[in-house]
Amino acid sequence: MKTKAKLLLENVKKSLAKKIVRSCLRFDEVTITIKADETIDVLKILKDKPEFHFKQLIDLCGVDYLEFPEEQVNERRFAVVYHLLSLKNNQRIRVKVFLENNEFPILPTVISLWPVADWYEREAFDLLGIMFLNHPDLRRILTDYGFIGHPFRKDFPMIGKVEMRYDPSQKRVIYEPVSIEQRNNVPRIIRDEGFHNG
Amino acid sequence: MAEIKNYTMNFGPQHPAAHGVLRLVLEMDGEVIRRADPHIGLLHRATEKLAENRTYLQSIPYMDRLDYVSMMMNEHAFIMTIEKFLNLEVPIRAQYIRVMFDEITRILNHLLWLGAHALDVGAMTVFLYAFREREDLFDCYEAVSGARMHAAYYRPGGVYRDLPDTMPRYELTKNRSKKEVEKLNANRQGSLLDFIEDFTKRFPNYVDEYETLLTDNRIWKQRTVGIGVVDPERAIALGMTGPMLRGSGVEWDLRKKQPYEVYHLLDFDIPIGKEGDCYDRYLVRIEEMRESNKIIRQCIDWLRKNPGEVITKDTKVAPPKREDMKEDMEAMIHHFKLFTEGFHLPKGEAYAAVEHPKGEFGTYIISDGANKPYRLKIRAPGFPHLAALNEMTQGHMLSDLVAIIGTQDIVFGEIDR
Repeated sequence: MKTKAKLLLENVKKSLAKKIVRSCLRFDEVTITIKADETIDVLKILKDKPEFHFKQLIDLCGVDYLEFPEEQVNERRFAVVYHLLSLKNNQRIRVKVFLENNEFPILPTVISLWPVADWYEREAFDLLGIMFLNHPDLRRILTDYGFIGHPFRKDFPMIGKVEMRYDPSQKRVIYEPVSIEQRNNVPRIIRDEGFHNG
Repeated sequence: MAEIKNYTMNFGPQHPAAHGVLRLVLEMDGEVIRRADPHIGLLHRATEKLAENRTYLQSIPYMDRLDYVSMMMNEHAFIMTIEKFLNLEVPIRAQYIRVMFDEITRILNHLLWLGAHALDVGAMTVFLYAFREREDLFDCYEAVSGARMHAAYYRPGGVYRDLPDTMPRYELTKNRSKKEVEKLNANRQGSLLDFIEDFTKRFPNYVDEYETLLTDNRIWKQRTVGIGVVDPERAIALGMTGPMLRGSGVEWDLRKKQPYEVYHLLDFDIPIGKEGDCYDRYLVRIEEMRESNKIIRQCIDWLRKNPGEVITKDTKVAPPKREDMKEDMEAMIHHFKLFTEGFHLPKGEAYAAVEHPKGEFGTYIISDGANKPYRLKIRAPGFPHLAALNEMTQGHMLSDLVAIIGTQDIVFGEIDR
């Protein structure tokens, strides 16, 4: 029997054909990878075609693949992941876009399709430095006023770069380089496939 | 006539009606709001980045601190994603316990929302009543996990331990007479399930009490009817989920539409609104509390009849039994490895979501096969809701802004993450 996700994947493949770079079905979830310059076209089809009807953008997030082991995902560092939900058909799809330029990652905004993208894109910009073309108000959203850097990039230290304290002589709050050292009590370990099977 | 210009006004971040640390920059035309620009991030702790540097088990307590009024639901979404990766079978008893505590959490959350919303709009009494009931539910949390709020009770593969047979009791102190203590302990003589059952018997009456205070109250209606109206199409486009979406009349609830755990076996209804204003969302949430109460009772009945395991026997993800560790070398090694290195998720990515009291709460994990997530993204329901604040408040008075913040059920732990 074909599961719902499998049917969706087939339909998506039929409608988008060459626009899909890679597709996969795992854990009953459909993921498609598309090219950056076709983002708007593909998402528009997914939103408006009645068999997809993905009227809700559930989540949008940036990913930094800098330290991802092997393949390095075509040497492209940043990706944006869209999670779409169709209330009518009761299904989900994940759309992944790898950005062309590692130094200046940029992607057109999807606010015209889903207004909710506004804040999500601001968040991706703030935390990962991904730019969104034609975004009306691409300000930082979660970090402090005057923050420098993009904290969720893999080369940004977990403890941050500056710390803040009140300086009685200057009678104001000042920023200084962090004085603590990064601790890592549990190393990141990747085991070979099948390690846990004995 | 004098020329009147719009002026900007600052609201918060330290304001009782801001529900935490919301700073709003408002563009006002007299007392009418023309534009509202929320400045968020004052509670940003980079939970997602922290999780990248910790094992999966170590990250569970961080989930509690996201939406700190519905703690266990946050954990639920996180561990459901992990279970999806590992294809873990969760014992059915654990699933019932989780559903029961999810619904207790929903009541907890809605009680705080109700109290705070009413307080914002000017009704003090409800707040006090709501906190009286929350106290009992915190006791349930405490009995089962040892912590009143940040429980870390759900674990991959089940729950930390089975429900206790006794309830903690009040003790005699200088300020409490024997008679008082007896009265306080009256419903604590039996097991936790007895205590919860006693609560579910009392709770519908409490909800009636809240309703007599608010539902037909003229002031309450004047402050909420027709305020912050969102039509269904717009609610979907704005990414609203949960009661915010249902208040606009969209039938959508993950518990029914994409059932997880044992929700498909339980009997409950999904209330929806009609007008999409603050009053409808109020009615939806009130009705949800009654439905949650119904679900809890069904869970209690089932749990009484069916004892059993509450966590998977797979010692790669759940600790082995203490007795086994004394005898069995392998169990000892598993225990050591689990709490030092942790378990690994296979390479890949997955998203799982639960119907959180506020909407759809999901976690998206990208794993590179390590003992820590490569990237964790938390989909917080409050984030798109607050993003819609500008649209919802336009043309309303300043005092309506407070009602709209209240109806959105904003908690900064999850929005700022």
